[in-house]
Amino acid sequence: MVRRHARPGQQPVLAIDDLRVRFRRRRGVVTAVDGVTLEVHPGEIVGVIGESGSGKSMTAFSVMRLLPKTADLSGSIRLDGQELTALPEAAMRDVRGNRIALIPQDALQSLNPTLRVGFQVGEPIALHRRGTGTGLRGRVLDLMRAVGMARPEQTVRAWPHQLSGGMQQRAMIATGLALEPRLIIADEPTTALDVTVQAGILDLLRAIRDRSGAGMMFITHDLGVVAELCDYVYVMNGGRVVEHGPVEQVLTAPAEDYTRMLLAATPSLDAPLAEVGT
Amino acid sequence: MSNPFIEIRNVSKTFGGGMFRGPGVAAVEGVSLAVPRGQTLGIVGESGSGKSTLLRIVLGLTRPSAGQVLIGGQDIASLRGTALRDFRRRVQPVFQNPASSFNPRQTIRAILRAPLEVHGIGTGRERDARIDALLGHVGLGPEFAERLPHQLSGGQKQRVAIARAIILDPQVVLADEPTSALDVSVQAQVLRLFARIQAELGLTTLFVSHNLAVIRQVSHQVAVMQHGRLVEFGPAEQVFRAPREDYTRRLIAAVPDPRHAFARKEALA
Repeated sequence: MVRRHARPGQQPVLAIDDLRVRFRRRRGVVTAVDGVTLEVHPGEIVGVIGESGSGKSMTAFSVMRLLPKTADLSGSIRLDGQELTALPEAAMRDVRGNRIALIPQDALQSLNPTLRVGFQVGEPIALHRRGTGTGLRGRVLDLMRAVGMARPEQTVRAWPHQLSGGMQQRAMIATGLALEPRLIIADEPTTALDVTVQAGILDLLRAIRDRSGAGMMFITHDLGVVAELCDYVYVMNGGRVVEHGPVEQVLTAPAEDYTRMLLAATPSLDAPLAEVGT
Repeated sequence: MSNPFIEIRNVSKTFGGGMFRGPGVAAVEGVSLAVPRGQTLGIVGESGSGKSTLLRIVLGLTRPSAGQVLIGGQDIASLRGTALRDFRRRVQPVFQNPASSFNPRQTIRAILRAPLEVHGIGTGRERDARIDALLGHVGLGPEFAERLPHQLSGGQKQRVAIARAIILDPQVVLADEPTSALDVSVQAQVLRLFARIQAELGLTTLFVSHNLAVIRQVSHQVAVMQHGRLVEFGPAEQVFRAPREDYTRRLIAAVPDPRHAFARKEALA
């Protein structure tokens, strides 16, 4: 297997090399991530696909260094060439939000219910001292327009629970984009949404990639979403990358049994179960 | 359609509201559907479409504000006493999250025995034999009988939920998003199990899901709902291949399908 999808002359935004995450338990060691190597290039959406327990979310949280304290991490994680694993916590706080944004699965759970939406979208800008006052307000409105929020002037004053699921997710994306991060990590951002709303969010993520040049790591279990959105895909199973390649190649001519099984298990709109075969 | 087994006649459900509180929220509005014996009707819709409320009405858990539900020709609202008990035996639910409907301190055997005890079916030995046979039928070995719910994976729990739904030999099974919490490979197995059992036992089933592809897998007929109303209703083949309504077409187009994405991209290029 090719170790990574290196591009000559271009430095990846994110380069993970031989990442291992272990948890010490009373009875032995549990390995969540078992030697993962992957890259994300500027302006590229990289899908990381797998089922529960495949290690896909642990890989993402390792990059943000948001692992539980009991986790034992080894290997290398470089952001624009800078090694993150050795970085002290204070420096890591600057990386989070500023250079890496996380778009979570459940937007409502991640928004503070007691703070207005506009305040939360602007909070990273204020925290990282990139703006205040009317300049900040203008920037917040720009961000909310950029993510397609309905009636931004009114919505800045709204509380999170007053927004629909799709609009909550757009608010989270606006928050993530506030500091123009180099890397966006999206952890199943559309899993909780209706299909028609999901289609709108996928369009938005595509537009962000085209516009910003940021790299995006898209964690999902949905092969359909990967096919629609991603340029390159890594398939994970049991903490390892079992297959990777350009998305069309992996999904139309998978090399591994596991990928074939995932594809076969994805329910199809074309035919009922009886015709798909059992 | 001659002689439907489940008949939903002009059913509406309004939540809230009242003399001084305005009109309330119409969760289901004037829905009529009919399902022949031994067939599966898939009900698909986005959140707030009223699909789950409709299922709860057929299950007898929610009273409709207007309209009737007939199962085997009987109006379920008129059932009392032994007739109601009999209805509860003949009509069984399967929910999205089986763990929340299991007592975490009971073994699988105790969970499966409960419906038999409530309805006074069989002796102790007969009940155990039925439980063992049924576990085998849903693809679990008899050793699962002595386990506790938390020792089972999500897919295994949903298999137990299916076993519990069919242990009383029902005529009707009503399933609300039974696979949406499962991994895709496990979902495929549970869908196959569901379709096999439906066909073997000749069950009449309603299957509610937001996932059109899942509905496609198990349904003979499909009902599409939006904002509490029925948008489209017909044979699955027709609804998916030649949808009549714009909303249905939009829903189908919005489903990301790995088998079609590249063909579509090429067509656009």
